[in-house]
Amino acid sequence: MLTVQGLHLWRGDRHVLRGVSFDGVPGKCVLLTGKNGAGKTTLIRAIAGLLDPEEGQVSWRGAPARSRRDEFHAELAYLGHEPPLKGDLSALENLGYSVGIRRHVMPAEIHAALARTGATSFADRPTRMLSAGQKRRVALAGVLLANAVLWLLDEPSTNLDADGQQLVSDLIGEQLSRGGIVVAAVHHSLALLAEQLLPLELGPA
Amino acid sequence: MKTTPLVAARLVAMRDLRLAFRKPSQIIQPLMFFMIVATLFPLTLTPEMSRLRDAAPGVLWIGALLSSLLALEFLFRDDAVDGTLEQFALSGQSLTWMLFAKTCTHWLLTGLPLALSAPIAAAALGVSAEAMPGVVASLALGSFAMSLVGAIGAGLTLGARRGGVLLSLLTLPLAVPILIFGARATQLAITGDDIAPPMYFLGAIAVLGVTLAPLASAAAVRIGLE
Repeated sequence: MLTVQGLHLWRGDRHVLRGVSFDGVPGKCVLLTGKNGAGKTTLIRAIAGLLDPEEGQVSWRGAPARSRRDEFHAELAYLGHEPPLKGDLSALENLGYSVGIRRHVMPAEIHAALARTGATSFADRPTRMLSAGQKRRVALAGVLLANAVLWLLDEPSTNLDADGQQLVSDLIGEQLSRGGIVVAAVHHSLALLAEQLLPLELGPA
Repeated sequence: MKTTPLVAARLVAMRDLRLAFRKPSQIIQPLMFFMIVATLFPLTLTPEMSRLRDAAPGVLWIGALLSSLLALEFLFRDDAVDGTLEQFALSGQSLTWMLFAKTCTHWLLTGLPLALSAPIAAAALGVSAEAMPGVVASLALGSFAMSLVGAIGAGLTLGARRGGVLLSLLTLPLAVPILIFGARATQLAITGDDIAPPMYFLGAIAVLGVTLAPLASAAAVRIGLE
């Protein structure tokens, strides 16, 4: 369903992605590994369409993702380094707006997602008052609520404690069991079955 | 069920309004700047009301333009910093509609209050009460056009360091026609003449802005996010 073919991308004079190719298939997690600066974030952003590669192509359901951008993005959930939250809004309000612009969402669904990520107890507090790990849990609830087939996760476990890291593994496992596709850049191992993982090590930039 | 583009745009507008009322400093700052410039100006010029009246269109419009530039810097910046703008771009919704909603909300929060408070500043410059509706109308329409034009610049300068300076350089040439026709409309209102001709021009610029600026600012934001 997701095909990444010969991606080349330069950032300034650095050749960050050097012909990266892989297939993302339902039920599999493409696990991006590599040293700092190897291009994991760049690759995830290029797949999402936030960066324009100089060469190569990202295809979704057999067609170039750029040619059907809105359809591709409607099936995509992206979580970058920063949890996309407004500090003056509560978790409930943040998710109400951010998920609401994608699809009709009921408050009960938001409560359920926050409960799943262990964020219920601080759901009505302004997110500027939350710790980095708590914000990450709220952002993960947003990923769940997107109801997307493809998850692009950039260091999803950042700032999370051991329970939180296990939560990330569980959420990815559930997404895969639903037939979803996950592309994740992680620095720690994920508690997933070996056959669910497609490791992809990116070389030094 | 997928949200329609109009519902998505409405949610963006509601979110921005709620944020603005929780953190009003970004609304108050440009308004205060405008009021300070416009009310201090008479102290530096002359106590003669007739001379102040002559200078009023220029003072009001320069103040409004600079105040708009100050406010435009915040149009997309916070959303870009916290990743919200990326989520908009990846939502599968029309970025054009969402940014148009943001721009309109921005005008509601900055341009419209400025236009509505203009009579206070205009009174300090010796403008008669009869001229106030024309002054308010010209500033309201002109500031709307400036918000639309400025949204393109705000999008293009997203990734730039010292984006404020670059934003001014990009936006000022585009804002010159608005400044000319706006100041003329204000001048005609003060002298009691028909303000329709320059208002038609301002209206035409605003219509052009509504038609093209959201598309251009969406393209600019996509570039800025890279």
